[in-house]
Formats: sequence, structure tokens, C-alpha cells
Amino acid sequence: MTVLHLKGVSRTHGTGENLVHALVDADLTIEAGELVAIMGPSGSGKSTLLNLAGGLDAPTSGEVLVEGTVLASLNKKRLAALRRRSVGYVFQDYNLVPSLTAAENAALPLELDGLSAGKARKLALAALEEVGLDAKQADRFPDEISGGQAQRVAIARALIGERRLVLADEPTGALDSHTGEEVLKLLRRRCDAGAAGLLVTHDARHAGWADRVVFLRDGKIVDSSAPLAGADSLLEGAGS
Amino acid sequence: MSVKHSLLALLERGPAYGYQLRAAFESATGNTWPLNIGQVYTTLNRLERDELVEALPENDSGQRPYRITETGRRHLAGWFASPVQAADRPRDELTIKLALAVTTPGVDVTDVIQRQRGATLRLLQEYTRLKSAEEHAELAWRLVLESMIFRAEAEIRWLDHTEAVVARAELPAPFPFAVGEPDPAEATPELDRSRTN
Ligand SMILES: Nc1ncnc2c1ncn2[C@@H]1O[C@H](COP(=O)(O)OP(=O)(O)OP(=O)(O)O)[C@@H](O)[C@H]1O
Ligand SMILES: [Mg+2]
Repeated sequence: MTVLHLKGVSRTHGTGENLVHALVDADLTIEAGELVAIMGPSGSGKSTLLNLAGGLDAPTSGEVLVEGTVLASLNKKRLAALRRRSVGYVFQDYNLVPSLTAAENAALPLELDGLSAGKARKLALAALEEVGLDAKQADRFPDEISGGQAQRVAIARALIGERRLVLADEPTGALDSHTGEEVLKLLRRRCDAGAAGLLVTHDARHAGWADRVVFLRDGKIVDSSAPLAGADSLLEGAGS
Repeated sequence: MSVKHSLLALLERGPAYGYQLRAAFESATGNTWPLNIGQVYTTLNRLERDELVEALPENDSGQRPYRITETGRRHLAGWFASPVQAADRPRDELTIKLALAVTTPGVDVTDVIQRQRGATLRLLQEYTRLKSAEEHAELAWRLVLESMIFRAEAEIRWLDHTEAVVARAELPAPFPFAVGEPDPAEATPELDRSRTN
């Protein structure tokens, strides 16, 4: 089943002299159970693609479909509900609410969705345990835990509940290589269990966990899993 | 790769015969470097000639196990104690290919890099899959697998770096070969367009 479908999606910023083509005519589908990595140089449009996929930003042209629903067709309220229920995010800067404990942060999407506080906490503790944080750490505030631990709270929040689309932008930035690998395994397991995952990374080792790697350059997709062009095009004009 | 030292290292565990040595080598390296049995026996013969191993009497099932000698042990210790020299490694075809790519007219270097990156990433994906499938694998094999993962990762980082450097650099006009001083032994063959690998 297709969970995410980008159809000719473009995103520009600014006008005239300042026009930036952040993403150009991107086509991408991700099936349930698939983990796709996005790689590419800085400024190539990776975060742009991820934000569009999660409905945090709207395309200038083209369509984004999550589980068959065109995001642009939803009103604000329904878009917010879809983002809460179906999509999990881990951002480059992990975006925890400073006045909430780790467990409350992780439970936030569930509570916003109307789950009772008790039930939400139980699920949050389980999600935190999955990323290697114990009950004591769960009751600390973001400024009372390390950067790597905060990152893990953000990941727990992204994976909690029945997220069918998990979007992660450099989720292992602040983690040591061992914890980083654990997070990737977690993401992999989530996808093996039926979620669709989109992972932005600079790290080839992490892309190694993906089923497919999509390369972006200057806002354009160069899909590595597409068949490679014939060798002839490499030497255009040479020798003739 | 040194078959000689590998066999000595395996014999340090205890006496063994050819087939056992081959099986032990392959399980330690996860069949990455298949060893043929003929190679094992010729190497054992040479090791015996140099008195690094000695043959034991044939056992009931007709196999002739070998045992490491004191000299063999010293030799093995020397091997572990000395670093592998860069010159012992094979020349790196990819480095040479890219060095030539930047100086060959009409070659799209970025494209060459992208193809290589795609291929190496696929390899990395396969290694990663192997690794996650065999979490309780033998320590030696895990080590070999990690080494391949690190190499692939390093290669991709180097490719990323090269791509950035090439993008920033004005590609130099390749230095044309001098005309008029013919050296018949070194005629430049025409670039073969059908073979780019
Ligand atoms: N709000 C904005 N206004 C103008 N330009 C923008 C805006 N957001 C992004 N861009 C531009 O769009 C391009 C793509 O940005 P994006 O953040 O998607 O890159 P990225 O691939 O995620 O880079 P990085 O690896 O550095 O995170 C860049 O050139 C960026 O400067
Ligand atoms: Mg980014």
C-alpha cells in the first residue's frame, strides 16, 4: 500500500532575483514497510522535501498524498489531525517543549488526540524505554537531560502510537555512533512492522539501513534505484 | 591477503588438516575470501619445507594433520607485530579512474561519481542487511563485516568530498600530448567508447 506519494512537487521561495528552486518536480512513492533515505549536499532540498511530505509546508505546484489523501484538500483542522495521528516527525533540531517532562513530551501527540493522561503516559514510558530511557529519565525536563537523550525523546514522540509515516531529518545528529545505530535499528523495525519511513541523512552508514536511497542535487531527484543510464552518455563527444 | 599467515594463525589453535583449515578460515571471514583446497595444501607444503609447521602421522581416517612449530610461532608473532604496509595493498582502481576522469575530455565527472556512489551504497545496504540478520554471528565474521562497512562508508565520504572539490574547481584543460616527437613504443591508443569500466 502506498503511504506517501509526491506527484510533480515543486517548491520555490522568493521571487525575481531572489527566486530559489528548493525542490523541482519531485516524484516519489513510498510503500508501507519501506524505509527510504534521502541524501544530497547541503541546500539540495532534503528538509524541504520532508516538510512537504509531512504537510508542514505546502508545495508551489504538484500534489502530496498521504495514504491516498491529497493534503491540499484538507482544511486546517483535518490536516492537523492527520499530522497528529498518522505522521511522526523527528526534526534536525529536536523541538521538545521545555516546560514538559520527557514523558509528557513523548505523550503529547496522544494527549492532543484525546487519549486519557494515564493511558498516554503508559504508552510514552514504553516508547521511551524502546529508545533506551528509563522511568527516572522520563520525568526530567529537556534541560535536565543530555542532547543525545533529548534526541531520543524526540524519536520516541515520533514513533508513539500508530504512526504510518515516520519522517526523520538527521535524527542521529547528537547521538554517539552506538546510540545512532540503535535509533536506525528502531526505525528499521518500525518499517518492517508496516510503517513507511523517510530518513534524511548525510551518513552513508545510516543510509545502509534503507531499502532505497534517493539522491537530491539542486532540488532535483537523482534516484539511485532507477536503472543507470547507458555508459555511452558518460563520454559524450569524446573521441569523435 | 596472506594465506600463509592465516594458516599459521589457525594452527595456533591446535593441529588440523587441510579441510579443517579451509573451513575455519571461511567461517572466520564469512566466505568473503574463498580459499581453494589446492591453495591450502601447496601453502602447507611450503610451510613444512620452511619448518614453520610439521606434519603429524596420518590418523585412522587417513588425514594428515599439521602442527605449528616453534619457528612458526615466532614467525606468526612477527606478523601480528608488524603493520600492513600500504604497498602490500592492491592499487586502488577507483582513485585512478577518478584521477583520469578529471583529465579526460568529455567525461562527466559528477556522473562517474554518482554511479559509483549508487553502487557502493547498494553494497553498504547489503552489508547492513547481513549484519542485522546475523546479530549473534561469530566475532571474527562480525569484524570482517564491519571492516567492509567502514570501507564502503569511507569511499562514499571520499566521493562526496571529491564531488564538492570538483564542483568548485575550474577543471584544468587536460595537457595535450606533444606532437612531433613520436615515440613509436608509446602510441596513444584511441579511447575505447564501449568500455568505460
Ligand atoms: N524559507 C526559505 N526562504 C528562502 N529560501 C529557502 C527557505 N527554506 C529553504 N530555502 C532554500 O531552499 C534550498 C533547500 O533547502 P533545504 O533546507 O531543503 O536544504 P537541505 O538539503 O535540507 O540542506 P541541509 O543538508 O543543509 O539541511 C536552499 O537553497 C535553501 O537556502
Ligand atoms: Mg536540512
